[in-house]
Amino acid sequence: MRSARALTPDALADRVLRGDRGAIARMLTRAESGGETARAALDRLYRHAGKAHVVGITGVPGSGKSTLVARLAFAVRRSARTVGIVAVDPSSPFSGGSILGDRIRMSDLAGDPGVFVRSMATRGAMGGLARGTLDVVDVLDAAGYDFVIIETVGVGQDEVDVARAAHTTVVVSAPGLGDDVQAIKAGILEIADVHVVSKCDRPDANQAIAELKGMLALGLSLAPGSAQTWHPPVIATSSARGEGIDELLAAIDGHRRALEATEEIVARRAAIAERRMLKAAEAMLHDRFMRRRGATTAAVLAALGDRRLSPHAAARRLLQDLQSGDSE
Amino acid sequence: MSDEEPVIRVLIAKVGLDGHDRGVKIVARCLRDAGMDVIYTGLHRTAEEVVDAAVQEDVDILGISLLSGAHMTVFPRIFAALKEQGADDIIVVGGGVIPDDDVVALRRMGVQEILLQDTPPDAIVESMRRLVRERGPR
Amino acid sequence: MNDPDTDPKGMDGAALDRLAAQVEAWERNEVATFLERTPERLTAFATLGGFPVKRTYTALDLARTPGDDIGLPGQFPFTRGPYPTMYRSRTWTMRQIAGFGTAEDTNQRFKYLIAQGQTGLSTDFDMPTLMGYDSDHPMSEGEVGREGVAIDCLADMEHLFDGIDLQTISVSMTINPSAWILLAMYVALAQQRGYDLDRLSGTIQADILKEYQAQKEWAFPIAPSVRIVRDCITYCARHMKRYNPINISGYHISEAGSSPLDEVAFTMCNLIAYVEEVCKTGMAVDEFAPRLAFFYVCQSDFFEEIAKFRAVRRVYAKIMRDRFGARNPESMRLRFHCQTAAASLTKPQYPINVVRTGLQALAAVLGGAQSLHTNGMDEAFAIPTEDAMRIALRTQQIIADESGVANVVDPLGGSYFVESLTTEYEKEIFKVVDYVDRNGGTVKLTEEGWFQRRVADFAYETALKKARGEKPVIGVNKYADAQERFDIELHPYDASTAERQITRLRQVRRDRDSQRVAALLDALVAVARDETRNLMPVTIELVSAGATMGEIVERLKGLWGTYRETPMF
Repeated sequence: MRSARALTPDALADRVLRGDRGAIARMLTRAESGGETARAALDRLYRHAGKAHVVGITGVPGSGKSTLVARLAFAVRRSARTVGIVAVDPSSPFSGGSILGDRIRMSDLAGDPGVFVRSMATRGAMGGLARGTLDVVDVLDAAGYDFVIIETVGVGQDEVDVARAAHTTVVVSAPGLGDDVQAIKAGILEIADVHVVSKCDRPDANQAIAELKGMLALGLSLAPGSAQTWHPPVIATSSARGEGIDELLAAIDGHRRALEATEEIVARRAAIAERRMLKAAEAMLHDRFMRRRGATTAAVLAALGDRRLSPHAAARRLLQDLQSGDSE
Repeated sequence: MSDEEPVIRVLIAKVGLDGHDRGVKIVARCLRDAGMDVIYTGLHRTAEEVVDAAVQEDVDILGISLLSGAHMTVFPRIFAALKEQGADDIIVVGGGVIPDDDVVALRRMGVQEILLQDTPPDAIVESMRRLVRERGPR
Repeated sequence: MNDPDTDPKGMDGAALDRLAAQVEAWERNEVATFLERTPERLTAFATLGGFPVKRTYTALDLARTPGDDIGLPGQFPFTRGPYPTMYRSRTWTMRQIAGFGTAEDTNQRFKYLIAQGQTGLSTDFDMPTLMGYDSDHPMSEGEVGREGVAIDCLADMEHLFDGIDLQTISVSMTINPSAWILLAMYVALAQQRGYDLDRLSGTIQADILKEYQAQKEWAFPIAPSVRIVRDCITYCARHMKRYNPINISGYHISEAGSSPLDEVAFTMCNLIAYVEEVCKTGMAVDEFAPRLAFFYVCQSDFFEEIAKFRAVRRVYAKIMRDRFGARNPESMRLRFHCQTAAASLTKPQYPINVVRTGLQALAAVLGGAQSLHTNGMDEAFAIPTEDAMRIALRTQQIIADESGVANVVDPLGGSYFVESLTTEYEKEIFKVVDYVDRNGGTVKLTEEGWFQRRVADFAYETALKKARGEKPVIGVNKYADAQERFDIELHPYDASTAERQITRLRQVRRDRDSQRVAALLDALVAVARDETRNLMPVTIELVSAGATMGEIVERLKGLWGTYRETPMF
């Protein structure tokens, strides 16, 4: 049986704009697979997006991000606003498959029509987000969610992409994590607009807060391009006791107001759009190279192999070849 | 960009009170190792919660595991909730300890595959792929 | 190495050297000649749990175990059995678990089993009872009385044990997060009947840590749950001298897919966590340790299981003496209930499950179990029928009365192979315990999912081995019968169960003094807030006043919250 959701791209986009959950879900699937069939609808939805405040939440493994996101979502709902959540988990490097378990921590949100949760696998993408994450954000934005929260993978130092995708970036750390985890933390600290120290019901929490403040005092807090008037606050939360969550939402709202007051928000949105444009162009080029792995590529590779061509010169040859291919 | 072969998305859920998760964990790993995206919603969920999640995740397959014997109570609620949400294109499969008579009844109800104890991993993967293939693109 | 003069195994250094040369020559000559003609079935042999198994074992292997570690039955370290005479005095308690429907339904099954010669009772509860929900809670729908008996309140307990003298039969209750409420009901019932509490024997399972690690039944977060266990242990130590307040269980860890090693090793980790928690109250270890009891599975690798039981007794004795400073030998002897492996039973060719269960039961007896449940052959289908239970019980009776194995204590003691494997097991158990100690302890690693991941990994490997045929399962991946049709009479589920149960529950709620219950629930919360106080007395008052299990649990969830796990794959 074919479902009511098997719709033309235009009809699907219409339903997304009306907030139809089944249609949103289907649109997200198409956005995630990144195919041409989705493009027209996504282009249309993009024009309707731009209203949501996009919050990126990143942090070291074991810092309790998913629970915090769930708590934050409750706070957003209490403030009579709606929220879409994109939870990114890693794909297996061996099979490309994944097990996505972030919803478990968010299951108390089930049944609330003002919340939409979607799990995504990285499918080999680096930087803490999945390919297509920003298209997914657009869909949720266009569907009318006031907040869109992106929860990153949380496994490595390179999780800085979220700062180039979100309006407000929250970096979560927790007391009592090992040295290796501390190193990861140091790597992502500078992207924070808001710092959270989670699990503050634990006895060693004060030490973790003091350590974090110490690291920030060393000057790590000057996020490049961040509004100079904004000083990233450090917020202590306890998801177990429900403490600090309202303060976190207030900090995010505060950051948003600061961005708007200085018109920094315009610059951030522009930077995000520009980066996406360049990324999309890169992806298109990459895709075309892969499709045209024909005779020219083989010849260039051979020349590259016996050092007749440098990698740089070889790249120029490939681009020339693409252009001549286009004019054929 | 070219359209890729879509990755099969499966939501695996434990519904009701039993906590026997040995089977779902093995199934989840098999499907992941076959390249699928597996969403796991954890233990002790209700039928309505699970369907709500399946709709948001737009999964191809919804797999329900239960060993508590409550399958004849749970599955009708799953189908009712899917229908209510307009998501009856989701393939429903079941797993656990299910007596043969009930297997027949569940199939009649619309459960498309029932994985019993000791179904080999390859067979699980193959039957999931077949079900999605038979459904066709959506 | 041991001093050969005092080594009770009686091999001196020179004799061992001669033996080593002999073994080497045998490998070179007889074995080599045979291998040329016929290679062995496998290039390497191992137990089901992955311990390498050699071609044969000799006194050389035995010499690696210090004689004191083997010892004698009823003596430290109790490798050869917790008691000196074992089954020569009294055979193990034959304790078939039963539970379905309402209390009245299960009461009839109990009486049937007693009539068949069963010597202890064991109660299986339905999922709502196990999880602390009343039968009329929405989460209970479809599950009332299905997998076990439904117990909501004291009135149910009265019917469950109607006509059964609890001073002469021991009663085991397989229940965990809500165990203290069931214990309170049991005490309240005993008080009603005018029993001396010190004469009651039996156990609640109340092993909450393995729930988070394996069986996944919980009501509250870990810390308050461990406190409840502590309260059960200290209460029983003071008021119920013969009652086991806990059954530290490997069974469910195994059923969730763990290796046999992890099954026993994890129980030792959990033991340590509980003992530390109770000692924090100031109670001396010898005051409560004699009543700690254990519960293990018996799997299908015959000698490995026997070695496992012997090794865990030795490890326990050493932990209790050396780590916790126990002085009373009663605190060092590990006593365990055993159940054959339900997960090993198959639907295909199900009557052969009788044979599987028989072999597992024999291993349990040779391993020195204090009580035993043998599974019904139809358990891969549903809860067992009366017929299946009778055959399972007869299996034990054949071992006890016909086989002769009960006439000698630890007949495998001194076996080159079994002693060697026992010592290997001991070493590996201590390795796990040390790892847990070094990495923050049982509770922390449970929160982080370390135990859960080890269980899931072994379960997955086992599934793949079965699929590849490396782990033969007769009737499934070997000698399977493609034409097989199941023609089996199943235990019926009475569709009126939930209705009957809920009717009584509502009646109880109507008839009781609701103001008193409300006041006691407030008092419960006050006790719960103060970690130094014991939850048992107020809970006994509550159930006596007609409070239901669900009311008590829900009230405490309001204070403590509940638990949501991060699953490990």
